[in-house]
Amino acid sequence: MKKQVSLSKEYLKGVWENNPILIQLLGLCPTLAVTVSAINGLAMGLAATFVLVMSSLLISSIRKIIPNQIRIASFIVIIATFVTVVDLVMKAKFPDLSKALGPFIPLIVVNCVILGRQEAFASKNNPGRAFLDAVGMGTGFTIALLVLGGIREIIGSRTFFGLQVLPDQYEPWLIMILPAGAFLTLGLLLGISNMYTDRKKRTEHESIIAHYKRVGREDIAEQLEVK
Amino acid sequence: MNKVTQMLLVLTSIGILAGGLLAMVSDWASPLIAANKKAETEAAIFRVQSEGKSYEKIKNAGFEVYKVMSENSLVIGYALVYEGNGFQGKIRLICGLTEDLEKIKSMEILEQVETPGLGTKVTEIPFTDQFKMLQTSPMVNMVKGVPPEDPNEIQAITGATISSKAVVEIINNGIAQMKKLRDAGGLK
Repeated sequence: MKKQVSLSKEYLKGVWENNPILIQLLGLCPTLAVTVSAINGLAMGLAATFVLVMSSLLISSIRKIIPNQIRIASFIVIIATFVTVVDLVMKAKFPDLSKALGPFIPLIVVNCVILGRQEAFASKNNPGRAFLDAVGMGTGFTIALLVLGGIREIIGSRTFFGLQVLPDQYEPWLIMILPAGAFLTLGLLLGISNMYTDRKKRTEHESIIAHYKRVGREDIAEQLEVK
Repeated sequence: MNKVTQMLLVLTSIGILAGGLLAMVSDWASPLIAANKKAETEAAIFRVQSEGKSYEKIKNAGFEVYKVMSENSLVIGYALVYEGNGFQGKIRLICGLTEDLEKIKSMEILEQVETPGLGTKVTEIPFTDQFKMLQTSPMVNMVKGVPPEDPNEIQAITGATISSKAVVEIINNGIAQMKKLRDAGGLK
């Protein structure tokens, strides 16, 4: 019997604990390439979220009729269809945005966050859970891209969503909007998120030790402290 | 049901449904996309030929060029769309020319993939404004480090010589093609 996870946890795990960028390190190619500005990051995140949610819903509802041998082929056809829909809609309704994101919209097809969620989650769970999981992962992906794009845009071109936020005296760091800036920013973000996770783990560990000491099991507490 | 038949059936029906959906979306989107593209070209033409009121594509030119007319449908010049190699990839630009092809009215970069912050400065006003009322004969020249003196000279961007040179070359090539076309009577 599978362990049942609460519905809110199903959503939240993608946002923080299992964030596709910061923890799983998936889908880094579009992440690094498009995040030269906050709006690009947001648009890419939303486009990927839409594809992820639609594919997860559909795949999870037909998961029982897809034979195991052709599951990857079916996933890719479904994902590619939704990506093409997004691409066409963007070209028709938001031509400027579509130009800025260039080839990275069609490349969502091979974004491993999406295929990864289908294989690991949607093909094994019911549509409700698959939907929550997809929305959560999409939110996590979008937030990470938005933060990356925001930082790079502020430091690299002193604007945020196109509005100037730093004074003219500030000379923009060009490196931040070049590919190297993507690696620097992502590295720092990963460092910060790991620092936070580590600290959380340590406090949890200490609280367990304190608990054993309180109930008088000094031997177990000592054993845990050594670790 | 046989496993193989099921595999065939499922994948085929997914394919057919996907194809149907895409056909529907594409049907809806393609006129909008075409309209966007047309509006974009139109806006660019009138930006480089600010007195223009209407335009007409010159057919059989071998490249993209538009005849631009004023209010009383007199030809006031041409809008030339031309492309060439930049530092990292193609640069595509539009150039407003006077009717005798002797002067550039205005120039704008349409597409480029130059280095952000350096090469991309060719799209910015300090650089593109140098082309306003620039003489095209014998050809556009580029100087480095010193202010331009002759009426056919522009100053290169520091740190982006190759991109600046590419723009000048594209313009020169385009104008040479235009002159050839005019001599062959193709601009009528």
